[in-house]
Amino acid sequence: MKPFAYTRAETVEAAIAAEGALLAGGTNLLDLMKIGVAAPDRLVDISRLPLAGIEEVAGGLRIGAMARNADIARHPAVLARFPALAEALLSGASPQLRNAATAGGNVMQATRCSYFQDPASSCNRREPGSGCSAIGGQTRNHAVLGWTEGCIATHPSDMCVALAAYDAVVMIEGPGGRREAAMESFHPLPDAAGAGPAPLSPGEVITDIRLPDPGGMARNARYVKLRERTSFAFAIVSAAAALDLRDGRIAAARLALGGVAARPWRCRVAEQALVGQPATTESFARAAELAVQGARPSGDNAAKIELARRIAIRALSLAADGTPDRLAALPASVFAGENNG
Amino acid sequence: MADVINTQGHVRLGSNAGQGLTRRDGVLKVTGAATYAADNRPEGLLHAVTATATIARGRVTHLDVAAAEAHPGVVKLYTPDNVPPLAVSPDEKIHPFVWRMEALQSDRVRYAGQPIALVLAETLEAATEAARLLAPRYEAETPHVTLDDAEPFETTTTAFGRPADHSSGDIGKARATAARHVVAEVETVAQYHNAMEPHAIVARWTGDRLEIDTPNQAIGLARQTFAAFLGIEPAQILIRSPFLGGGFGSKAILYGGQLLAVLAARDTGRPVKLVLRRDQMYGPVGHRAPTRQRLRLDLDEDGRIAALQHDTLTMTSSFDHFLEGASNASHSLYATAALQTTHRGLRADIGTPGPMRAPGEAPGSAALEVAMDLAAQAAGLDPLAFRLRNHAETDPSNGMAFSSKALRECYAQAADLFGWADRPAEPRRMRQGQLLKGWGMGSAQFPCPMFTAAAHATLRADGSAVVETSAADMGQGAWTALAQIAADGLGLDIDRVEFRSGHSDLPDAGVAGGSGHTATAGTALFNAGADVVRRLVDLATGDPASPLFGAGNSGVTARGGRLHRNDDGRSEAYEDILARAGLDMLRGEGTGAREGQPTRAMFSHGAVFAEVLVDPDLGQIRVSRLVGAFAAGRIINPRLARSQLLGGMVWGIGFALQEEALHDARTGRFTNNDLAGYHIPVNADAPMIEALTVHEDDPFVNALGIKGVGEIGVTGTVGAIGNAVWHATGLRSQRFPIHPESLILSGESL
Ligand SMILES: Cc1cc2nc3c(=O)[nH]c(=O)nc-3n(C[C@H](O)[C@H](O)[C@H](O)COP(=O)(O)OP(=O)(O)OC[C@H]3O[C@@H](n4cnc5c(N)ncnc54)[C@H](O)[C@@H]3O)c2cc1C
Ligand code: SF4
Repeated sequence: MKPFAYTRAETVEAAIAAEGALLAGGTNLLDLMKIGVAAPDRLVDISRLPLAGIEEVAGGLRIGAMARNADIARHPAVLARFPALAEALLSGASPQLRNAATAGGNVMQATRCSYFQDPASSCNRREPGSGCSAIGGQTRNHAVLGWTEGCIATHPSDMCVALAAYDAVVMIEGPGGRREAAMESFHPLPDAAGAGPAPLSPGEVITDIRLPDPGGMARNARYVKLRERTSFAFAIVSAAAALDLRDGRIAAARLALGGVAARPWRCRVAEQALVGQPATTESFARAAELAVQGARPSGDNAAKIELARRIAIRALSLAADGTPDRLAALPASVFAGENNG
Repeated sequence: MADVINTQGHVRLGSNAGQGLTRRDGVLKVTGAATYAADNRPEGLLHAVTATATIARGRVTHLDVAAAEAHPGVVKLYTPDNVPPLAVSPDEKIHPFVWRMEALQSDRVRYAGQPIALVLAETLEAATEAARLLAPRYEAETPHVTLDDAEPFETTTTAFGRPADHSSGDIGKARATAARHVVAEVETVAQYHNAMEPHAIVARWTGDRLEIDTPNQAIGLARQTFAAFLGIEPAQILIRSPFLGGGFGSKAILYGGQLLAVLAARDTGRPVKLVLRRDQMYGPVGHRAPTRQRLRLDLDEDGRIAALQHDTLTMTSSFDHFLEGASNASHSLYATAALQTTHRGLRADIGTPGPMRAPGEAPGSAALEVAMDLAAQAAGLDPLAFRLRNHAETDPSNGMAFSSKALRECYAQAADLFGWADRPAEPRRMRQGQLLKGWGMGSAQFPCPMFTAAAHATLRADGSAVVETSAADMGQGAWTALAQIAADGLGLDIDRVEFRSGHSDLPDAGVAGGSGHTATAGTALFNAGADVVRRLVDLATGDPASPLFGAGNSGVTARGGRLHRNDDGRSEAYEDILARAGLDMLRGEGTGAREGQPTRAMFSHGAVFAEVLVDPDLGQIRVSRLVGAFAAGRIINPRLARSQLLGGMVWGIGFALQEEALHDARTGRFTNNDLAGYHIPVNADAPMIEALTVHEDDPFVNALGIKGVGEIGVTGTVGAIGNAVWHATGLRSQRFPIHPESLILSGESL
């Protein structure tokens, strides 16, 4: 691997000023460096920044960017009030990875597009203007929503799907000061020429993630993830859903899809259509139809559209059933609800 | 002898074999104290890294050697222009386990991932970066990497020289009498071994003596191979391979990179270490090629198979020959009046395939068991009843009687434990909550080969012993099971036996492959121990001072470190016999091999029953229960054997539902060559899995009655899972692995 300088930032200001690639848990960045996709001149280790806290704030939550995925998933407030986030986190990667991976790193993790990961392939995301090798290639984990000829990659995070559904806000500090961005639009969609702009400007650091009070949705929220391997596998498609039910009717709804687009795909139209409806499969089916409106295969992956529609229905139905008191042994698995050994 | 009655070459083992001892190397492994090849760091070590081709076919036209050499820490760089030559042609086949030795012979690229240069540097990081700085340029040609576009070629053989085609009985006549037939078409995909431990080598020359640390499944053969290609004598080479972090067949064969590391060590005069990265294990170190199989089963009125035809299309590399012998799986399992099997080969721009987890049998069994299910359905019979009706009393491919075959007991025991009798005949009849539930089964069969092995046993003055053979422990438990057999050969408690293994200065233990290692090396060890006991008995019974004097060798039993008279029970300790004879040790030798042409068909058998749950909307499949019963001759260590069988069944889950190496057909490059992308099962994928062993005495397979348990678990399992998916959903997948997408293609919920 290319030689690089290493510094450790003790403060956020120092991290901003250091002008290097930020190293948090390293579970993604170091892999990319090893395969020659990332080749930073300088690594700025931010893992010791005092940003690992998880705090309840006015019914909501503030998750520090350095909080480990495992710690977030097991935090009592997350389990009690944001259970779909816990499920999403526990469905991701492996215990070892979750112990190392941070919230900020999870948000900023790179796509798993195999052409992005292969320096011998042209890739607009890696090298703007070089073209997209994924088109016409192996596209099982590629987008069916919001893609362009410029890039058909998906964002692979499970956590971000739940965060988008929970209306999370990403807090950012940079050379130009503080700003915030809604999780659901934090990751830019591709444009005609390529992957679109970077989500962060040079020097910007994610400091924390804010979750507003889930209100009446706290115990009607689920995350469901489809994958052939029960653990240690990215989603083929996934969905986070939360409902505020009043007397069997839906007062408010949240729905986001994963594995389908370059960002967690928040389905606002579907959510609105659910408001005032009874919490029935029919309502959910209509909403799911709206959720995948405009979806198109980006290759040999048309089945994902149908799967995304169905997993939206599933997540909404499970949310309507209520979050179980105990987290399932197979978090987010479609088999989690059944007694299957 | 040695607590053994010798009846027509059939041997009764003593008190060590048959016990479920835990692994003797277990503590070393769980504490990290076990030394694997890459853990060796000799003084002055250089790190080697290969640069690999990113095209699958063409020529390397330029390497930026200057840039790579200028990188700090780089010591030496080899390309086809300066690589030291091999002593013999790279195509030399000095034994059947040699593939073409690709060691930078030319600028030609024949597969993606082919090594095209080797960099040596003071650190791994420097070597890695220099390999990247080579920035190869190519003259690329259009590659062919799929069954659809690769080049057909003429061949008369499949893997290891077996005939490509077989025919017995009159298939035309048999078909003419048949009432109906079914056709099954099944595709299987490219799979890669993905042993946890990557291929690694540390090579060090001291004068003209070569020391090699490398994980290897056939240490003796590897030494011959190294010697031949280096132009030295095998005796000049010491290979250490005490532990393998998995092999699965890919470490039975040496590949060019290992030889390059040795050449580089000789050339530079410094020890060299080469460890492959995970992605570099996709190409040069073998894999299982995809297959396209077609089976036709003709049935008579009673549901008996009148004719069985099994055709396989598969592929190999452009420069060597290994064809997955899938159709051979149909030779010996089910009775049929007429049998016809064929293999056709394609040449593709891929690395040479090799033996992997039941080569031939695994994909062949998968297709055969799917075909059997279809045929059962056509015959209107329960799948188990149909298999029993077509139970082979003799091997249909050659008419031989089986050496032993407790398959009926396997069916009965596994079916009983599973609860098969309650299975509804029609698909889509069972639910668990919202989930579809289905049951399927398959028969398991695996041959019982033996290789050639030798062993020594030495009884020491204190009555303890040391036994020696260069066996390979890939995690299967050779350190333990072989020691148990050796102890019984000696008539000693296992705690009194030191087992030396895993390096090439010891007697050759043959290949740890083909599920024949315990049988082969075990026989050699047993015989070595028995040889010691024979000498001891001669000493004692001929010595008037011994209580055993005059007992005759048939009147003596060796047990617990003593020789016992059978008539009056008097006994004497080994150490006392040695002491009186004035010996400080007594040495015996033994070999293990199958003598002459077999006159019986020799196979392990089994039955596997699978339950799957399928999500009707999302198509996700879960193997919720897997029950197997296996008849595999004498079980030396039930704990280890069970683990082997369970492991094989887990391979079956991977084969049926997960494992698939993906190429980009345009470039021939892989798109999932890492453990995140290439899925093998995790614990959570196997919630309830059980393997029983069924008692089986086999007086023919070898004197100890040992068959083998290493690979049989995968046979039967893949088909059982596929058939269970059908039973749950009513859909027959024509391809393994079965992906959720393929089940929801119809657009409807299941
Ligand atoms: C084998 C494997 C399987 C996986 N499976 C899953 C899965 O199923 N689901 C899933 O969701 N994820 C999965 N992951 C991804 C995993 O979640 C991410 O690798 C992890 O979350 C990244 O966090 P990190 O702290 O290690 O980030 P790092 O690797 O340290 O950094 C990743 C990126 O984020 C940037 N970054 C980090 N922190 C900040 C910050 N505070 N501000 C700005 N930029 C920052 C870094 O500069 C870098 O570009 C898997 C990963 C692996 C290796
Ligand atoms: S899909 Fe996007 S990330 Fe993948 S190769 Fe194309 S441009 Fe690159």
